[in-house]
Amino acid sequence: MEIFGIPWSLMLSQLLLGLVNGSFYAMMSLGLAVIFGLLNIINFAHGALFMMGAFFAWMGLNYFGINYWFALLIVPVVVGVFGILIERSMLRWLYKLDHLYGLLLTFGITLLLEGVFRSFYGVSGQPYQVPALLSGATDVGALTLPNYRAWVVVASLTVCFATWFVIERTKIGSYLRAGTENPKMVEAFGINVPVMVSLTYGFGVALAAFAGVLAAPIMQVSSLMGSNLIIVVFAVVVIGGMGSIMGSILTGLGLGVIEGFTRVFYPELSATVVFILMGIVLLIRPAGLFGKEK
Amino acid sequence: MNTVAEQKPIVDNDPKTAKKALEIRNLQAWYGESYILQDINITVNQGEVVTLLGRNGSGRTTTLRAIMGLTGARKGSIRIGGVESINLPTYKIAHLGVGYCPEERAIFSSLSTEENLLLPPSISKTEKGMSVKEIYDMFPNLAERKASPGTRLSGGEQQMLAVARILRTGAKLLLLDEISEGLAPVIVQALARMIVTLKAKGYTIVMVEQNFRFAAPLADRFYVVEHGKIVETFAASELDSKMPVLSELLGV
Amino acid sequence: MTNSRVGYSIALAALIAAPFFIYPIFLMNVMCFALFASAFNLLIGYTGLLSFGHAALFGSGAYITGHILSKMGLPVEFGILLGTATGAAIGLVMGLLAIRRTGIYFTMITLALAQMMYFICLQAPFTGGEDGLQGVPRGKLLGVVNLSSDLNMYYVVLAIAVGSFALIMRTVHSPFGRVMKAIKENEPRAISLGYDVNKYKLMAFVMSAALSGLAGSTKTLVFGFATLTDVHWHLSGLVVLMTLVGGLGTLLGPIVGALIIIALENKLGDLGNWLAAATSIEWFKSMGESVTMLTGLIFIICVLAFRRGIVGEIAVFFKRS
Repeated sequence: MEIFGIPWSLMLSQLLLGLVNGSFYAMMSLGLAVIFGLLNIINFAHGALFMMGAFFAWMGLNYFGINYWFALLIVPVVVGVFGILIERSMLRWLYKLDHLYGLLLTFGITLLLEGVFRSFYGVSGQPYQVPALLSGATDVGALTLPNYRAWVVVASLTVCFATWFVIERTKIGSYLRAGTENPKMVEAFGINVPVMVSLTYGFGVALAAFAGVLAAPIMQVSSLMGSNLIIVVFAVVVIGGMGSIMGSILTGLGLGVIEGFTRVFYPELSATVVFILMGIVLLIRPAGLFGKEK
Repeated sequence: MNTVAEQKPIVDNDPKTAKKALEIRNLQAWYGESYILQDINITVNQGEVVTLLGRNGSGRTTTLRAIMGLTGARKGSIRIGGVESINLPTYKIAHLGVGYCPEERAIFSSLSTEENLLLPPSISKTEKGMSVKEIYDMFPNLAERKASPGTRLSGGEQQMLAVARILRTGAKLLLLDEISEGLAPVIVQALARMIVTLKAKGYTIVMVEQNFRFAAPLADRFYVVEHGKIVETFAASELDSKMPVLSELLGV
Repeated sequence: MTNSRVGYSIALAALIAAPFFIYPIFLMNVMCFALFASAFNLLIGYTGLLSFGHAALFGSGAYITGHILSKMGLPVEFGILLGTATGAAIGLVMGLLAIRRTGIYFTMITLALAQMMYFICLQAPFTGGEDGLQGVPRGKLLGVVNLSSDLNMYYVVLAIAVGSFALIMRTVHSPFGRVMKAIKENEPRAISLGYDVNKYKLMAFVMSAALSGLAGSTKTLVFGFATLTDVHWHLSGLVVLMTLVGGLGTLLGPIVGALIIIALENKLGDLGNWLAAATSIEWFKSMGESVTMLTGLIFIICVLAFRRGIVGEIAVFFKRS
């Protein structure tokens, strides 16, 4: 069966690949949005911390024999703690300043982290084995489903929606939502907002690292893997706006799928289609699709 | 209904044993470079209702914010329940048993009414605060609208919510900033009744009020703030004799 | 005023004499980036708009000039003028899109658009892809001045740099410059006074873009090549750093910053080797190869402890005494 001259099975597999990329966009823009909401800082280092997550998974496997499943649990925590250290030692001094300085600082951290990893490992990618349980593919009707990629989509969506649920429907989430709106008032109620801020940054960063571990078997683990991703995520975030958690998730997924289909029909455009869409959204609906302009 | 004149305030006037609910000495406060509070001295006993009067811009709201640590730099002494709080961060000041109801009400739009109500945590191990049921009994409107986003409530309901949420926490010292502002007379009367009830339950209240007719019958004592300093202080019993001075200072 | 006139005259005299004492290619490199950073500073320092995509403007000027001079064989003046005009045109498009948002969104948009430019340059046939454009001839300026001589090239670049700097100075002190400053300090008030704020922002952006394109063109002329490095986001970051180190919003800051960063880049290899020898830690040798790491470190230190930059700190120091 063919649509527009492309076989149905190719379409579906591109859809899956699009969802895979979309999952990364969703997780990364979710982390960015959560951090921006409370700290008012755009965390440029999100890409570098994604890269660190992938690298730690790789290092864990090759130096300590820590397998993929443990890495999935441990690496986000380790990177999250690292993030909290960054926040406590450096970011907290910037809250009173213009939030451009937050971007500049995290940009500097990105360069530093990328430089360090590059000096040890160069730019060529390190391979990471797909875990045995998820290797191979499953036949589902007309489609052959690569197991690992399906897992990536499932895991990401689970994490994203769990995050959404906690933020929008639980008491802890209400503290975060209130703190995003009016942190001084939340503090006046007796909540240790500085600690909440640190933990939020740590969580956002842990999300990036989790995405990194998921990415390790798919993308080459290299010092550059984060920066190209983060710039696309910026475009995602401009398109979707950062005011809405669900908005960030859906925009990320949607753009991943659109990018995937562009790869089928107009492969030359696939690297730039997200940016082009950003331009279009800016012309038609500057506040973003789900924008609550901050 | 009991009027203020008939209620006996639950005040421990024995200077030897009573810890003042609030004792402010030589308070100075800045917003960045702006020097707003120059010399504030206020004493509030347990169970009293004290009103800060003054023109707009005199520093009354800043005084309440300074107590909460929400201004810039502060100097001087602020003792809450006997504990020096001038160097404490805001969240620790709250835990000394203070509930703050700001002028802008600060209802969170991304939270429902009930989430707004339940947000402030319990801040005292000894004081229990009102239960949710008691609060919904006192403010039935809030129970009806508990699922609506907080800012969808009417002005009067939002004001009720702003006060209600600090009643749950166990705070015994309430700082209320212009709670009657912009509200219909019926609601303002309801708020007055609420203050009387709270006072009967032993709460200590510091109010900033423009609406003289609302504040005058409720307070035990008054302070007049001008240019960041206290210029007058007197008890409710002296109110009549002070009217000429007040008309000059406030244009009442 | 006469004090600074004397100062500028001395500086000019020094610059005229400089190529006889210092390697002219190094000086020209510094001047190109001093121009680039000054152009960037026009936006951030005087309008408050942080662009993280200025490499797109620099690089497009670089590529266009490279292409025109090497593939189309047009005269040098055309190359430079068209490079500048390309910078302005791309700046117009970028500006129109980016100005629709404010603050941090503006910055992200410029970054994203510049990245799009990067991918276009990567894929477009005429840019030479990963290899870039090599062997761009210098030719003869106006058919007369033979630019193959480094000394001649130097004075042409000096003229371009001094002319641009004078233009920037004039703009900053003009009524237009004062409106931009008002927008930076208090945009809502500027709007309430009736200024079409977006139009001013766009004009500032295009001017900054044109001068950045000019810087890129000149760079291609000096070095004879244009590559993907010229449109990479690292370069956008580098020009931000130069301006930050030198002093945001000061006239001389970007120049000082460019000098320091370029000098550091050149000497970094030596620095790394020295540290490796002194401490016997081999890793310093590879640190010496990592401009990235050093750039990141300087960024962090500047943002945390040195926000006014060198010229900014000096200005404050003199104000106090």
